[in-house]
Amino acid sequence: MSRRAAALTPYWLIMPGGLWLAIFFVVPMVMMLSLSLQQGDVVNGFQLTWHWQTYVDGVTTYHSQIVRSLQYGLASTLLQIVIGYPVAYWIAMHGGDRKTAYLFLLLLPFFVSFVLRTLSWQFFLSDDGILLGTLKSLGLVEQDYHVLATGGAVIGGLTYNFLPFMILPIYVALERVDPRLLEAAHDLYAGRVQTFLRVVLPLSLPGVFAGVLMTFVPAASDYVNATVLGGTNNTMIGNVIQNQYLVTQDYPMASALSFTLMGALLVGIFLYARALGTEDVLEVAAR
Amino acid sequence: MSTRTAERAAPPAARRRSPLGFLRGRSLHIYTWLVIAWLLLPICVMILFGFNDTQSRYNTKWQGFTFKWYGELFAIDELTTALINSLLIALLTMLIAGTLGTLIGLALGRYRFRGAGPLNLVMFAAIACAEIVMGASLLSMFVTLSAPLGFWTILIAHVMFSVSFVAVTVRARVLTLDPALEEAARDLGAGPLTTFRLVTFPMIFPGVMAGSLLAFALSIDDFVITNFTAGGTVTFPLWIWGSTRVGTPPQVNVMGTLIFAVGVLLAIGLRLIARRRAA
Amino acid sequence: MSNLDPAFVRGLTRPRRDFLKLFGAAGGGLALAACGVEGKKQAPAKQSDVQKYWAGKTGKGHVDFANWPLYMDPKKPELKLFTQRTGITVTYKEVIQEAASFFAKIQPQLAAGQSIGYDIIVITNGIQFGQLVDLGYVAPLDHGKLPNFAKYADAAYKKESFDPGNVYSLPWATGITGIAYNPKYVKEEITSFASLFDPKYKGKVGMFSDTQEIGNFGMLALGIDPEKSTAADWQRAAEKLKQQRDQGVVRKYYDQGYVDPLAKGDIWITQAWSGDVFQKNLEGAGLKFVIPQEGGTIWTDNMMIPKTAENPVDAITLMDFFYDPKIAAGLAEYINYVTPVSAAKQVILQDAAKASGEDKKTLTDLAASSLVFPTPADYAQLRHYRAFKNPQEQKQYESIFQPIVTA
Repeated sequence: MSRRAAALTPYWLIMPGGLWLAIFFVVPMVMMLSLSLQQGDVVNGFQLTWHWQTYVDGVTTYHSQIVRSLQYGLASTLLQIVIGYPVAYWIAMHGGDRKTAYLFLLLLPFFVSFVLRTLSWQFFLSDDGILLGTLKSLGLVEQDYHVLATGGAVIGGLTYNFLPFMILPIYVALERVDPRLLEAAHDLYAGRVQTFLRVVLPLSLPGVFAGVLMTFVPAASDYVNATVLGGTNNTMIGNVIQNQYLVTQDYPMASALSFTLMGALLVGIFLYARALGTEDVLEVAAR
Repeated sequence: MSTRTAERAAPPAARRRSPLGFLRGRSLHIYTWLVIAWLLLPICVMILFGFNDTQSRYNTKWQGFTFKWYGELFAIDELTTALINSLLIALLTMLIAGTLGTLIGLALGRYRFRGAGPLNLVMFAAIACAEIVMGASLLSMFVTLSAPLGFWTILIAHVMFSVSFVAVTVRARVLTLDPALEEAARDLGAGPLTTFRLVTFPMIFPGVMAGSLLAFALSIDDFVITNFTAGGTVTFPLWIWGSTRVGTPPQVNVMGTLIFAVGVLLAIGLRLIARRRAA
Repeated sequence: MSNLDPAFVRGLTRPRRDFLKLFGAAGGGLALAACGVEGKKQAPAKQSDVQKYWAGKTGKGHVDFANWPLYMDPKKPELKLFTQRTGITVTYKEVIQEAASFFAKIQPQLAAGQSIGYDIIVITNGIQFGQLVDLGYVAPLDHGKLPNFAKYADAAYKKESFDPGNVYSLPWATGITGIAYNPKYVKEEITSFASLFDPKYKGKVGMFSDTQEIGNFGMLALGIDPEKSTAADWQRAAEKLKQQRDQGVVRKYYDQGYVDPLAKGDIWITQAWSGDVFQKNLEGAGLKFVIPQEGGTIWTDNMMIPKTAENPVDAITLMDFFYDPKIAAGLAEYINYVTPVSAAKQVILQDAAKASGEDKKTLTDLAASSLVFPTPADYAQLRHYRAFKNPQEQKQYESIFQPIVTA
């Protein structure tokens, strides 16, 4: 093979997949941008009029849903860190020979459809269902107490659905911590808490960052949990976009909202990636 | 997704000293099991209610044990079609995204070239992008082009969102390889294709397999993007979503259980193969 | 992609360098997308259009039928009989969950002039019904092929305001939107819309997410007839509904899945469709359905043939088949909605005479039910949907009621 031909090899390799991504990921984004600047309706067609006002209208009309989505996303991500970190820590440090087995158990839910998992929580938490019905008959909670149709139920559902995505990257980061570092810390008379705070925690932060990346975006943009577990005042921006696209067919508004959501999320992510380096994040994310 | 971990290297031999050893006792152990139990609870419910002898259209009250639904698994034509659609799409996604992603992974892991940066960025964006935005933008494009929605648009979308995951998984594997092996093969007179077939591919195979299975799992479970690109075509998750409004039949639980079982068996099988190779 | 939009060209030539630079690479894609999404309002069909459409079309021995869930006995006895008699096979799919989202799904294909894979679709008279007709997506019906319909359909269903003369559609079933409640939790007789707004049932009330359904109830609660309502009435109704939501009275806005939560006790009282409650009660749920004293709304689900259908001749044959009183009776016995064939009542009574025990009682009740065979007095109490004159009016309506359900 000539050197010139060899230099072209990587381009041949990336071409089919790269083209696929360009045509079906990048181009649609551009099309959506165009659609967001059009005006009209399904019956009479849409025309590109550079109508930026749609963005302003979208944000003013739906700012509360946007803010709520970010809040729910943030709350569930924080909960996942709090719940998931100790699990990742225990498996990485004390899992021993059974580490893989534990990870396997954590990943089992993914063999069951996301929709089914969420629905089974709806079934579980029903006002007169197995859990609350029993508690009510025992007199442990008030008769009109309910979990479904509350913000808590939605955040809980989001936390549940994405938790393994938080645990895994943290685990990977903790697993990489060189045991000799811990011994060194011990030899230098660092206490256990000190060792944790000064050595382990900082070393595991890239994992936490990757976990946030893997969970915050899907949580903030989800609409399945809000639909199944939420009520009247738990609508997220995903519900609005879904509704505008698939029910009202106000394509420009839907596109403008999608773009706003993506813009808000991507800016955050790229800042993240800048701080950590894309390669690293991608790698930890892929584990 | 377990396949992602299935290929992870064996744990380091050195016994670790946990700095928070005082928590080592029971508490953290029990806590871990509680979290696992929480994660598995809905699955148990799903499996259990596949055996429920329900008389009502709503499979929500326990009415006795039966194997009946396993016998009548394919009694609902629509559901069967949906499942077949899902399996076909997932299989095709696995093959196409597996191939395209492997090629990208090879290029990124093996070569330094201009354009690697932007490609990484696009892949990163595709992994990090909100599903609803991807689905919506694809719909925008299909609507603008008046392309008919259906099986093929779902497939296009699924390959699009899973190809980056495959590429990243394969690249990670390629980076662990020693290029000297390939050089040695070439020194021994093997052509580039022979080298790839006999040396490179077998070594990256676990990565390819893991990536492809991940693509399969992502595809068969996808709801959001599929909902946007499906048109009148129905997949397994879409059918379940629709059926909740009128009552989900026990066959859904049975199919869910079977998919679950196959997934678990596949993952365990892969793990065993990997272990045997390592040994 | 034919004609470049002038506004787009103007946009390009505007001195906005930074913007152009930003999207320079994307320009190609924008140009591609600039022609916008197509759509065009069509003139109403004339007799010549009917002939033009049906000329040269012949049966192919198969029909693909898209319908709503629970709109036929799952064993499909009617379809089996149809295949037996005519040799035409039928694929029946329950794919329509909601008129709007179904329309949004099929619209791109119809716009592209492609088959949507269904020869008959069932659409409620409402926004999407109008859009399908206006956009010229549905075939004008050849009444020469509809002898049963001519003979057995009730006169009232031949002159409905949304499709007078049945140019594009034949009724499948008619239903009533009223109030359903679970007497296990609600210890009083419900007679009025006021109960849906009663803070006593805080967090236990279900409403529909469909803008027309919820708008109608808001208006009826204020004593406004939806069919004759004005934009000012919509605002007032929206205020009332907003108040209902903000006081926490509404638990959730449902599209279809309200019956199960009602039976389980997640909600106690809800907006409901008559037939759903009957079907749920067949399982012993013990729910109650009432038409409030202020009146309920009546709607009709209609069979239509998309213009791009592959088997229109077989489709129209099947549509006519449902107007055979025996078949209509069989359908009504299962779905419990109003049938457009009143002769079905006699058939049901005959069936009842032959049956015994439980079945006899069910059938006799059915024939006597005002929800399946409403009397003229019942009809007088019911209100109709508002028909929109143009897309602007409809958009205005939706912009008023949509924010309520997506809070």
